Amino acid sequence: MIKLEIDGKAVEVENGSTVMEAANKVGSFIPHFCYHKKLSIAANCRMCLVQVEKAPKPLPACATPATEGMKVQTASQYAKTAQQGVMEFLLINHPLDCPICDQGGECQLQDLAVGYGGSASRYQEEKRVVVNKNLGPLISTDMTRCIHCTRCVRFGQEIAGVMELGMAGRGEHSEILSFVGRTVDSELSGNVIDLCPVGALTSKPFRYSARTWELSRRKSVSPHDGLGSNLVVQVKVDKVMRVLPRENEAINECWLSDKDRFAYEGLNSAERLTKPMLKQDGKWTEVEWNVALDYVAHALANIRNEHGADAIGALASPHQTLEELHLLNKLVRGMGSNNIDTRLRQLDTRADGQVKGVRWLGMKVADLAALQSVLVVGSTLRKDHPLLANRFRQAAKRGQQVNVLHVADDDLLMNVANRLIVKPSQMADALAQVAKALAALKSQPLSKSVADATANIRVSDAAQAIAKSLADKEKVGIFVGNFAEHHPEFSTLYALAQEVARLAGGTLGFLGEAANSVGAAAVGAVPGSKGLCAQGMKSQPRKAYIVFGAEPDLDAADGEATLAALYTAETVIAFSAFKHAASRYADVLLPIAPFTETAGTFVNTEGTVQSFNGVVKPLGDARPGWKVLRVLGNLMKLDGFEFNSIEDVRADIAADLQGFVAGKLNNAIGEVTMNLAPATAGVERIAEVPLYAADPLVRRAPSLQKTADAKRAATAGLAPDVYDNLKLVDGQSVRIKAGAAEVNLPARRDPTLPAGTARVALALPETLALGAATTLTLEMLPVAVTIGHAAE
Amino acid sequence: MSLLSALAKQKIDRELTKYPADQKQSACMSALAIAQDEHGWLSNELMDEVAQYLGMAPVAVYEVATFYNMYNLKPTGKHKVTVCTNLPCALSGGVDAAEYLKHKLGIDFRETTADGQFTLMEGECMGACGDAPVLLVNNKRMCSFMSKEKLDQLVEELKK
Ligand code: SF4
Ligand code: FES
Ligand code: FES
Repeated sequence: MIKLEIDGKAVEVENGSTVMEAANKVGSFIPHFCYHKKLSIAANCRMCLVQVEKAPKPLPACATPATEGMKVQTASQYAKTAQQGVMEFLLINHPLDCPICDQGGECQLQDLAVGYGGSASRYQEEKRVVVNKNLGPLISTDMTRCIHCTRCVRFGQEIAGVMELGMAGRGEHSEILSFVGRTVDSELSGNVIDLCPVGALTSKPFRYSARTWELSRRKSVSPHDGLGSNLVVQVKVDKVMRVLPRENEAINECWLSDKDRFAYEGLNSAERLTKPMLKQDGKWTEVEWNVALDYVAHALANIRNEHGADAIGALASPHQTLEELHLLNKLVRGMGSNNIDTRLRQLDTRADGQVKGVRWLGMKVADLAALQSVLVVGSTLRKDHPLLANRFRQAAKRGQQVNVLHVADDDLLMNVANRLIVKPSQMADALAQVAKALAALKSQPLSKSVADATANIRVSDAAQAIAKSLADKEKVGIFVGNFAEHHPEFSTLYALAQEVARLAGGTLGFLGEAANSVGAAAVGAVPGSKGLCAQGMKSQPRKAYIVFGAEPDLDAADGEATLAALYTAETVIAFSAFKHAASRYADVLLPIAPFTETAGTFVNTEGTVQSFNGVVKPLGDARPGWKVLRVLGNLMKLDGFEFNSIEDVRADIAADLQGFVAGKLNNAIGEVTMNLAPATAGVERIAEVPLYAADPLVRRAPSLQKTADAKRAATAGLAPDVYDNLKLVDGQSVRIKAGAAEVNLPARRDPTLPAGTARVALALPETLALGAATTLTLEMLPVAVTIGHAAE
Repeated sequence: MSLLSALAKQKIDRELTKYPADQKQSACMSALAIAQDEHGWLSNELMDEVAQYLGMAPVAVYEVATFYNMYNLKPTGKHKVTVCTNLPCALSGGVDAAEYLKHKLGIDFRETTADGQFTLMEGECMGACGDAPVLLVNNKRMCSFMSKEKLDQLVEELKK
């Protein structure tokens, strides 16, 4: 520890701290631009100059190490003169036109210029002008405003893991740009908007739509991936205008993924459902809530009377709140049915009976950094979990060995220690190899079922290397990703992952698919032993379906077959914030409020319960889902639906929600029959859920749909051997067949894929017809040739 | 398709041996010089290839290439003549020498003669202020005390 004095106040800081950190500790504000606590020190703006006793000149606080006995003045006349001088230089080339700048009102330069700038400029000469750059659909530029702090550049290098922006030129000619007109495509790119201290980088979707002082700031929680990033939602006259990160070191730190940041656009989509609607004689009419709910109560009662309660099934989205899912579960079970599921994309549920609790990350997000070796199984890590990927990236820099077992050698933009890339059908085999090698290294016996299943498999070098990395280290984590959870042999993968974790003496965790996957399972919105899972409700069609928040055509593993089941049902009741395909198969559409318009709770993948309030009034006649379910429960005369407030609903789940959830978290699984399938003939499909197609809200966010990631999702990535066999040229379309179904997609050579595979995404209208097909036949489309009129 | 020849790659590999294996970007400046010697200038494609070869972000290579004057981001004439016009030289005839060349060649700074023979550039201090006026021919040949006569001689010599 070092003792020093800042502005006359004694303070003690850790060795290696800077004067800036010491000043923060005593609450002395030092003006700064380039300094950011999460980024490396650049010391290039010089705004933080302070007076240090015995130093012959002012020193930059952000880059000056604190030393024993140092005496620092941050606001002496000497320091102020230095700071004012720097400010004058910064303003020489900066436009003085804050009224027309989108950053006005939330600009650090503007704020500091009030304190340190002159009232008029002495600079009479010409100012420099820098041309704007097109960085893609999310970030807007005003490069003349740049003060060259390089925060955006360092963010790319150090946090996002890919340097997409750089500072070209020298001196007065320096400018921030991407390499020859490329766009910034990182899934974390939006953070540079927050980092840029001036108006050089601003949000494109938000541009010129409101001033910061017109916006109220309300707290919320992201409804997308399993992390549950904390949000500040900015609102103007009951409209969500923008989403910013709310700092929470334990969860999202100070970052947001682009999905968390820009998906709010979907809230204002023209597809919003604002009135309850009933289909009568094949025509949709808007009705009042009481009419719609009367209809629903009768329709469900009729089905139950005629076909029994088991004829009713509920498909709910794991992006819905805990309270909604609790009441939906109560409603369904209250009617006497057990058919309710939120794991719509999980194909393999045969091990449900062996599962001991609610699967979760297995530890706190913040504790990931302390692991020495991890194995990530079946995860499109960067895209599915942008900020968890960042946790691993930062840890990998400090020596964590990140091992990957996956179906594509995606560039994770971090140091990957070992990778084992196999065809989807070979994932279980590959994981079994790791288990086998690990057992040998640790001289421990494999459990009986694993030993039997792995007797004849050969351990590859990559599996051996992964096993070695896990065996050598003390603190080990095995993390199962969404791709593995959606895998047709998930149960086998689950049991094997548990075996690997046991042998390695490590923790088993699940990265977590949706905002409330953990919560949904905790309140029992999964079928249990007596009910049908989502797949069961598809293959054994029900007479009545309640579709809650989900769009089963896109949110279920086999959208096509699920649709078919919905079409044959006598009644389908769709609760949704949006008009969607339900208008074709449902007979009632009930407008429920999205996360910004209702109070609710999400339980994230680390099991943290995060409650939030609505930030705006529900749009039109939309109502919070929990209120709708409460009224419906009352109408159907079910017990236990007497609630006056959301707190009552929460209390109905448990008096202590956090304790209740914590008590359910358990990743253990019992005996499971192992299926190590042989490789299939034909081209195997790598069926991922594209990041901007994962839930109804993000699918309706126009700016995200324009990103490179979204565009790439709607193409077929073909392994080099597959691509070359078809003799394709880039961008040419292929016909993709699975059974009787076929779709056409533009093809792309994807060298990251193992031989004999094709990346054909799920959750897209373009690929809906293929259902959950795992093997594909590909054909070259005849090239259309235009003849004649060539001269024109 | 590779723009860099096998020989160029060999030379870059030699540079790489001077740095630790995980610090390949240290060889960026020499790699760019080697690439430029081969192609005369650094096209975007060439910089992209250097980036790939060194495992760097393309924009990081671009940062280096735009920082230093001696990298040509546009094609130049056969002889690139760079005259130092920084203060010490300017006080000792540097600017005059540049003006004389401009007049003689009929071009301004950053321009190339119509016959593609000469490109004239303005340079920064070459560390030879005492020899002013100084200039560089094609980044490699340093010429000192460039009086009008010597400039005439140089132009004649290069024209051949
Ligand atoms: S664009 Fe913004 S963040 Fe990037 S260097 Fe310029 S001022 Fe800094
Ligand atoms: S904040 Fe210290 S130099 Fe920029
Ligand atoms: S100023 Fe011209 S060589 Fe130094």
